Amino acid sequence: MTGDAFLAGVIGVLFAAGVYLMVSRNLIRVLLGFLLVGHGTNLLLLAAGTWGAAPIVGESGGPAGEADPLPQAFVLTSIVITLAVCCFLLAMVFRSYQLTRRAELQTDPEDVLVEAGPGGAE
Amino acid sequence: MTALLPVSVMLPLLGAGLTLVARRAAGVQRVISVLALAVQLVTECAMLIGIDASGPIVMHLGGWAAPVGIALVADRFAAILMVVSTVVTLGVLVYAISQETAGHPGWFGRGSSAPAFHPAMLIMATGVSNAFVAGDLFNLFVSFEILLTASYVLLTVGGTAERMRAGTSYLVVSLLSSLIFLAAIALVYSATGTVNLADLAGRLADLPRGLVSVLQALLLVAFGIKAAVWPMSAWLPDSYPNAPAPVTAVFAGLLTKVGIYAIIRVQTLLFGGQGFVTLLMWAALATMLVGILGAVAQGDIKRMLSFTLVSHIGYLLFGVAIGGHAGLAATVYYVVHHILVQTALFLAAGLIEQLAGTTSVSRLGGLATRAPLLAVLFFIPAMNLGGVPPLSGFLGKIGLFQAGLAAGGALPAVVVAAGTVTSLLTLYAIVRIWGRAFWRPAPQDGDAEEAPDAAPGAGGDGDTAPAANGDAMPAAVPAVGGDGIAAATPRRAAGGGPAPAPVASRVRLPGGMLAATAAVVLVGVALTAAAGPLYGLAGRAADDLGHPARYVTAVLGQP
Repeated sequence: MTGDAFLAGVIGVLFAAGVYLMVSRNLIRVLLGFLLVGHGTNLLLLAAGTWGAAPIVGESGGPAGEADPLPQAFVLTSIVITLAVCCFLLAMVFRSYQLTRRAELQTDPEDVLVEAGPGGAE
Repeated sequence: MTALLPVSVMLPLLGAGLTLVARRAAGVQRVISVLALAVQLVTECAMLIGIDASGPIVMHLGGWAAPVGIALVADRFAAILMVVSTVVTLGVLVYAISQETAGHPGWFGRGSSAPAFHPAMLIMATGVSNAFVAGDLFNLFVSFEILLTASYVLLTVGGTAERMRAGTSYLVVSLLSSLIFLAAIALVYSATGTVNLADLAGRLADLPRGLVSVLQALLLVAFGIKAAVWPMSAWLPDSYPNAPAPVTAVFAGLLTKVGIYAIIRVQTLLFGGQGFVTLLMWAALATMLVGILGAVAQGDIKRMLSFTLVSHIGYLLFGVAIGGHAGLAATVYYVVHHILVQTALFLAAGLIEQLAGTTSVSRLGGLATRAPLLAVLFFIPAMNLGGVPPLSGFLGKIGLFQAGLAAGGALPAVVVAAGTVTSLLTLYAIVRIWGRAFWRPAPQDGDAEEAPDAAPGAGGDGDTAPAANGDAMPAAVPAVGGDGIAAATPRRAAGGGPAPAPVASRVRLPGGMLAATAAVVLVGVALTAAAGPLYGLAGRAADDLGHPARYVTAVLGQP
């Protein structure tokens, strides 16, 4: 039970820190934030299952004491997806740094035009 | 019949693999992708006919029975959406191929081709099909990731500054929604011990109401972001218009509708149409009004269309909120209408871009004389979107409004009123754009006809896009108008020197692009012509949605 409470605390901190970083305009911070929230979600998935012995037929003492294998399969899938998307995001950050020499996300020029009113938009 | 179910998912995936192998042979890539989607369309039509005759079909992958293994399930609603989405994807693919062969340098940024385009397009088709047949929440999540990852590639194809900027915000918003969805799956699993939709339908009823509300709220937020429901819609008009025209068209047709599909599926199957109904109504109201007010303010056709896209998501949400047989039937019909009409409009906008080199209304004019056929191709879906009788937009809206008023109460009536206002404002926004782009005389005759001195870097390539302040800097006009002109006179523009294009020439649009646009427009019109049988089919699909027990029985067997 203490394990669960500890895990819940860790997940909460990961989510909070990750969301805090993700609302930044700095893309590196966004990337780090995404990784933190991603890890938080993976832990949440893990916590969804029961703990126990390795669920291998014949090696553990029956289904009662075994860990639930399904969330672990979820987590594996999720880790792979997170990795792939993280690579893509890194590539995008690098590309936009190449183009703009800035790590911050720029404002949409069309938004600025619309904001300027009909004189600017028309 | 059941064997066809995985085929419709596997075919585009197989095609994606083959096009990757053939990445150096553009011709082979084109043949493979068109073939894959055409065969997929045939199997899906066969499936739709079969399902309509004999009820939902289920495949238990690997032979593991439902709650344990992964099930693919297709009922009428899923089958309808699969057919329509493949029709749209195929149309857009033909359009893109035609545009590619016609030579459109700005399309891919600096490069002359994008070998990643065909694989990404097919993978997206895979993800969309898989989302429609996913029988469990985690498979749905994986489908979302498949189609989103492909969409990241498509949105940033060419890697220009403007697409990077737009792509980044799209990527971050999508990531956030995916993580919320994944967290929801974790909570659903820990609460019930299953992620199978049919199994969940029974087990959620036993949970405390508060817990169910939390799960439902998380799922609705995750899908609401994908469907661009206000207040989670701001990412859409920012990111979509910057992609190449065919990409925007297919995104507008499909991606938000996958989100709507997921909302409808969980609302009807898991939560029995209960919970957050009032909130959904308010969200529908706000989505409609905020979206359309944004559209009225836009000076760029693609951005204006993106805002109408958001706005009309509100109608779909309204249909979900009303629920019941009438509400769901109208929603099913409206989803189909909306996929076709939005895609057609974005394809027509792409043709305008191809013709004039810009989609900014301040620099457009006189297109009706230059391309009368295009004027018609834009006008029909425009009227359809605005809900002018007797087109399908009108029929869908009437269905929704009738269902809303029949549901009774003040709030549905208010939403119906807002829907009417939205419809009129849509008409206003779109007719204003149509009138300016097609009917008023071309601004500063000949100005837009001058070819730029550096055509490959202009137009669709975002590097020069911020120079869009047309009034203050007339010099910027030809620069932005660049790639359309470059398409018109490829040899001269490629030479690099300022090449005076023939004034008021009738630019010939590529036949394939026109044909693909016309095909999508005609399918949209066919929705009106065949409204009777289609509404019947939509009614039967809604009947399935209204009786979740049928779905559950099909997946889990007789209770």
